[in-house]
Amino acid sequence: MPLPRLIPCLDVARGRVVKGVHFAGLRVVGDPVELAAVYSDSGADELVFLDVTATLEERGTLVELVRRVAERVAIPFTVGGGVRTVADATRLLEAGADKVSVNSAALERPGLLTDLAERLGSQAVVVAIDAAGGAVRSRAGTSGTGRTAVEWSREAVERGAGEILLTSIDADGTRAGYDLELTAAVVDAVPVPVIASGGAGNAEHVAEALEVAQAALLASIVHEDPHGLGGLRERLRGYGVRLRDAA
Amino acid sequence: MKVAVCDYGAGNVRSVVLAFERLGAEVGVTAEPENVAGAELAVLPGVGSAGSAMARLEETGLDEALRKRAGPTLGICLGLHLALEESEEDGGVEGLGLVPGRAVRIRDGRVPRIGWAEVDPGGEAYWFAHSFAAETPAAVSTSEGLVAEARSGAFTGIQFHPEKSGATGARWLERCLSRA
Repeated sequence: MPLPRLIPCLDVARGRVVKGVHFAGLRVVGDPVELAAVYSDSGADELVFLDVTATLEERGTLVELVRRVAERVAIPFTVGGGVRTVADATRLLEAGADKVSVNSAALERPGLLTDLAERLGSQAVVVAIDAAGGAVRSRAGTSGTGRTAVEWSREAVERGAGEILLTSIDADGTRAGYDLELTAAVVDAVPVPVIASGGAGNAEHVAEALEVAQAALLASIVHEDPHGLGGLRERLRGYGVRLRDAA
Repeated sequence: MKVAVCDYGAGNVRSVVLAFERLGAEVGVTAEPENVAGAELAVLPGVGSAGSAMARLEETGLDEALRKRAGPTLGICLGLHLALEESEEDGGVEGLGLVPGRAVRIRDGRVPRIGWAEVDPGGEAYWFAHSFAAETPAAVSTSEGLVAEARSGAFTGIQFHPEKSGATGARWLERCLSRA
């Protein structure tokens, strides 16, 4: 298996990075391109940009941001939020993104995953799943879907998703640790890589998540001190996590 | 150094162009066979599926330009698979035949295989994102038992993405340019 990955997630709204607690009370924490460069220099393995307000406001995607990020950083990055069509996704990849992440649009029209995988390859198609109490929520956590995270993970992969970005709404923003039970259930259910998301408060939490999942998403834990990512990597090595040498 | 990046609608052309431009290369993006023929280094990037990519190479005439080319050519990821004799992707696709062997679906581990993985010899980690891998006698390096790089004549094919492999990838591309 490839090495475990640390993935800072930049939730963006109106062109700024924000991070909410329980998806509410969004607060601004920085400029996306500047932060991307800092994380890249500090050894991030990959980046994720999620436009957290795109679905709610029915806005388009973030092509210009993607272009600027691609000019500044030479590590892979995923973009999500408001991706509804193959054309949306293709524009993002042509601008320099490596993967697109789809959430609500795939729940509404699961065939979108197949269309995306046929056009872009499944390695470029991430399905983002937000779960509370094991049940999938859509539209930035505001609506129920009647699906469990495990069922939807399996279906999404069968339809073409090549990776799962699994966020526990229960754990998100709490800094009390990842939802390891939920993560393990999804990892066991699918043959593709899983990115654990929500709840990181310290290095030990991240190390625990990386024993279960193939990658860990990082938000509040790194945004308050982006240069501290290098130190986090060192602490994780101390816990025996094999991370790449990013020098 | 004049680099021609083949643009046949298969994915991450912009990232490849930016990576070479950071190294000071003069990069042209082209679907014209004559531009590929005349470049000091030709690059065949690619993400997506082998079947549709091969069809687009044939539509543009880039397939013949790449077959006839005597100068150095670099194939990245799908660009390596397309250079082989065949790929088992999409029910079987005939490749350019620049490198002996075929692309087969990865059988072990989580697929797609996504992430940073070490390449041997050398031990440096590069970015991989693939569901198929080359099986070829032309392999010169591997990553977890899968072909990472193959060379045949003037063609070099790599499974990883140097354009997305940070400083390690930039050093790889610099060596590639200095050989070309």
